[in-house]
Amino acid sequence: MGRKHRRNVSTIIKNMLIMKEKIQIVLKGIFKENPTFVLILGMCPTLATTSSAINGLSMGLATSFVLMLSNLTISLVGKMIPDKVRIPSYIVIIAAFVTVVDLLMAGYLPDIHSTLGIFIPLIVVNCIVLARAESFAAKNGAADSIFDGLGIGLGFTLALTFLGFVRELLGAYSVFGYKLISGDGIILFILAPGAFFALAYLMILFNMVKKKLIKK
Amino acid sequence: MARESSFKNMTLTLFVITFVSSAVLAGVYELTKDAIDAVRIRKINQGIAEVLPPFNNNPSDTDNVHKEFVDGDTVYVYKAITKERKDTVAAVQTFTNNGYGGKFVLLVGFLADGTINNIKVISHSETPGLGDKIDPAKHGFSLQFHGKNPETYKLAVSKEDGDVDAITASTISSKAFCDAVARAYAVYREKVMKKGKWDGNTGATSQQ
Repeated sequence: MGRKHRRNVSTIIKNMLIMKEKIQIVLKGIFKENPTFVLILGMCPTLATTSSAINGLSMGLATSFVLMLSNLTISLVGKMIPDKVRIPSYIVIIAAFVTVVDLLMAGYLPDIHSTLGIFIPLIVVNCIVLARAESFAAKNGAADSIFDGLGIGLGFTLALTFLGFVRELLGAYSVFGYKLISGDGIILFILAPGAFFALAYLMILFNMVKKKLIKK
Repeated sequence: MARESSFKNMTLTLFVITFVSSAVLAGVYELTKDAIDAVRIRKINQGIAEVLPPFNNNPSDTDNVHKEFVDGDTVYVYKAITKERKDTVAAVQTFTNNGYGGKFVLLVGFLADGTINNIKVISHSETPGLGDKIDPAKHGFSLQFHGKNPETYKLAVSKEDGDVDAITASTISSKAFCDAVARAYAVYREKVMKKGKWDGNTGATSQQ
C-alpha cells in the first residue's frame, strides 16, 4: 500500500516536472524568444497584415497552426531526410500544410480568407516556420516540437494582434472593428509607414519591459 | 543521425515527400471543393441581388452568364428577369486597371433602359481614407451614379467636362471608377440592350 502510494507521488512529481518543462518551452516562445520583438523574424506578414487587430489575430493563428503541424512532422521524419536535401524537403512539407490551411479557410472561413487570402501563401516563406523546423524540430522530440510550435505561434499571434490593435486604434479609431470615435483616424497608421512606426515603438516598449523583468 | 546524402537516398526521400504531399493536397482539395464553390456562388448571388431590382431567375446559372473579353480582361454579364415588369436587366462585373492601387472590380446593375440601378465594389486596393471612398460603405461617392443613364450622363469627372463629382483628393480613383462603369455600360449596351433578346453564351464568346 505504502509503496504504491509512494510510486504514485513520484509519478505525479515527475509529470509535474515534465509539464513545467513544456510550459517553459511555450513561455520561451511567447516572451524570451518572441519571434517578432526579439528574434525579429517574419517581418513581411507582420508589417503587411496588421492593419487591424482581427487581421493580425487570424494571421497569427493560421501561422501557429502551420508551425505546430510542420514542427511535428519534421521532428518525426527529420532524421530520415539526408542532410543535403533537408531544406527543399522542409519547404515541400511546409508548403503542403499552408495549402491545406488555405483551402480549409477558403471553404469554411470565407470572410477571413478574403482579407488574408493573399498573405496565406506567404506563410510558406515565413522564416519563422523554416527556422523552427531547422533549429528546433529537427533536433528535438515530437512533443517538445509541438510545444515549441505552440509557444512561438502564440508569441507571433500576440505580437501581431497587439500591433494590429495599436494600428487600428490610431488609424481608424476602432478596436476589433468596433468604432470608438467617429472620423477617419490617423490614416498613416493603416498605411505602410505606420506599420514601421508602430512596430518600432512596440519593440522598444517590449524590450524595456523585458529588461526590467530580468533585472528583478 | 541523418541518412547519408547519396544520390539514391536523396532522390528517394524527395520522391516520397513530394508524393505524400501531393496525395494529401489532392485529398483536401476534393474535400473542400464543394464548400469553396458554394462560397463563390453565394458571393456572386449576394452581389447580384444587391445591385438589381427583385428578379425571379438564377442569374449566376451558366445559361444566364455572358463573358466578354475586353481590354485584356473579362467582363461578366449576369442576366436577370425582373419580377415586376418582366424585363431583361443585368448585373455587369466590370474592372479598371487605372486605380491608384492598380486594378479594382465593380458590379454594376443596369435597368432595361440602361439606367444604373446600384453599384457594388467587389475588390480594390485604393488608399484607405482617400481612394477607398469609392466604396459606398465608406462614402457617398458612388451613390451619385444611381438612377443615371450613361446615354445622357457623361461618365467623366467634372474637371474633364463630365457629370461626376470626384472624391476630394482622389481624382485618380474617381476617374478609374468612371472608366469601370463606362466599360460595363458599353458591354451591357452591345450585348443586352441592342440584342433585345438575350442569346446567352452563344456566339459572342467565340468571337471575342
